[in-house]
Amino acid sequence: MAKGIWVFAEQRDEEIKKVTYELLSAGRKAADALGEELCAVLMGRGVGSLAGKLGEYGADKVYVADVDALENYTTDAYTNVLADLAKEHQPTAILLACSVAGRDLAAQVAQRLGTGLMTDCTDIAMEDGQLVFTRPIYAGKAFVKAACPQARPVMATIRPNVLAADAPQAGRAAETVTVSAGAGDIRQVIKEIIKQISTRPELTEADIIVSGGRGMKGPENFAILEELADVLGAAVGASRAAVDAGWLSHSFQVGQTGKTVSPVLYIACGISGAIQHLAGMSSSKCIVAINKDPEANIFKVADYGIVGDLFEIVPLLKEEMKKLLA
Amino acid sequence: MKIVVLMKQVFDTEAKITLDGSGKINKQGVSLVMNPYDEYAVELGLRIKEKLKGEVTVVSLGGDEVQSALRQALAMGADKAVLVDPGTEEIDEFTTATILAKAVGGMEYDIILGGFKAIDDGSVQVCGRVAEILGVPVVNVVTQAEVEEGKAVATCDIDGGSAVIEVSLPAVLTAQKGGIEPRYPSMKGIMQAKKKPMQKIGLAEIGLDAAQVAPKVKALNFFMPAARAAGKTVPGEPAEAARELARLLREEAKVI
Repeated sequence: MAKGIWVFAEQRDEEIKKVTYELLSAGRKAADALGEELCAVLMGRGVGSLAGKLGEYGADKVYVADVDALENYTTDAYTNVLADLAKEHQPTAILLACSVAGRDLAAQVAQRLGTGLMTDCTDIAMEDGQLVFTRPIYAGKAFVKAACPQARPVMATIRPNVLAADAPQAGRAAETVTVSAGAGDIRQVIKEIIKQISTRPELTEADIIVSGGRGMKGPENFAILEELADVLGAAVGASRAAVDAGWLSHSFQVGQTGKTVSPVLYIACGISGAIQHLAGMSSSKCIVAINKDPEANIFKVADYGIVGDLFEIVPLLKEEMKKLLA
Repeated sequence: MKIVVLMKQVFDTEAKITLDGSGKINKQGVSLVMNPYDEYAVELGLRIKEKLKGEVTVVSLGGDEVQSALRQALAMGADKAVLVDPGTEEIDEFTTATILAKAVGGMEYDIILGGFKAIDDGSVQVCGRVAEILGVPVVNVVTQAEVEEGKAVATCDIDGGSAVIEVSLPAVLTAQKGGIEPRYPSMKGIMQAKKKPMQKIGLAEIGLDAAQVAPKVKALNFFMPAARAAGKTVPGEPAEAARELARLLREEAKVI
């Protein structure tokens, strides 16, 4: 009898990622609707102490796999542990974050378990007794509602920042279950890990993004966006035009051939609003556009627009934000 | 070195998406291109071939329309193409991966490449599933790879940075933009591509039947995103507009 909604609890540097709490909140509702338990699967090295937090955010049970071989993410080690655990306990569903590691792991586990996987979902609902997932296609130009009617577990990766995390309940404890299964044969050998040295949040996880396009005129001018981003605690992004011009690396690109983002606030500076850029950011909660061309497409999706010279306006906006946040 | 590239044909990024009368994605009049990330996979494959000698085979799934994308890969320098017709439109990533793995499993291969994501369904799972079915390791989101006989050393994106990963071959590597630039087909390449072999096969020829590839995931309905309500233009001189915008973001939108 398949039982349990599982959440893969993603952590980095011994800290649970925010998206994990978003998954637990969504998973809690699904588990309650189905009358099943909510379990978190926590993997890593020296991560056992994080289990308590998962209980506070709604997990009934936390499977903890705490071994040296799981210190850094590798496809094989994580797949072996999660797939073996799922084979043993037969959960109804497994939810993961749509992060680089989450989607990598989800694909391997789904195939090993011979089940379906819906990726980058932006909503979960219970319809006619089954879990139904909404996911953007064509980078958000359209959406599809999909389900996995028969195969179990139902698997999905969920986009960070789109589902709300409920407030934690202090003192709510989860049962901790130590996973003894080994990581098995690991064919991916890590030679080196290069951490991006940045004090800014990652684009896909950021609450606020300050983004620049062709109107920035050159790489040196991104400094004014970075200064605004620093005041707001925001990430910096770019349009394809700015990346193709070589001003910023591809890791900054927002759009259909870059990253799809859903921040609370997206500030587009000197971005015209090509369809492939809009596809990657139009699920942002609030969009601000600063562009000197009043006809620019970006104004059609912006909640607030300023028609003017971004080189004048952005520094002024930074000063205003500083005052507000002081 | 036998190099296989898994390729998908997709709607052009400039394509406007609409629904047809039956509520499905309208394919009429949309221009089709090779998935941009697959171009990086083809380029990576060609570079490996140039270094180590060998052969690049491009494999795709779909109907006759996919031949144009396969021809593009041939024009870039790939040696031959294989197109498998699934015989149905009802497919998911499990279906696609099962078919591709079966087709590739019947070939000789040292390395299998593909784009890390297709820009249409963006599902980021087919190549990984193929690796799992074939029992070979996968390294995803690769920006650069040094390949030699028997092993590959790949630089790939990870959460919060990048990593250098070594795997023994055969392996599946999925390509991400950022390290190499795909070449444009030359006129000579385009002419040569017309004569290169393009094998078209069906499920039966690779020993599969419809039941074995039945999708696990079912699309219930498609819909367009709600149009964003018209926003407001914040008027005034720069200093005034900046002050008003800050106020609106705090008091009205409540996002600061």
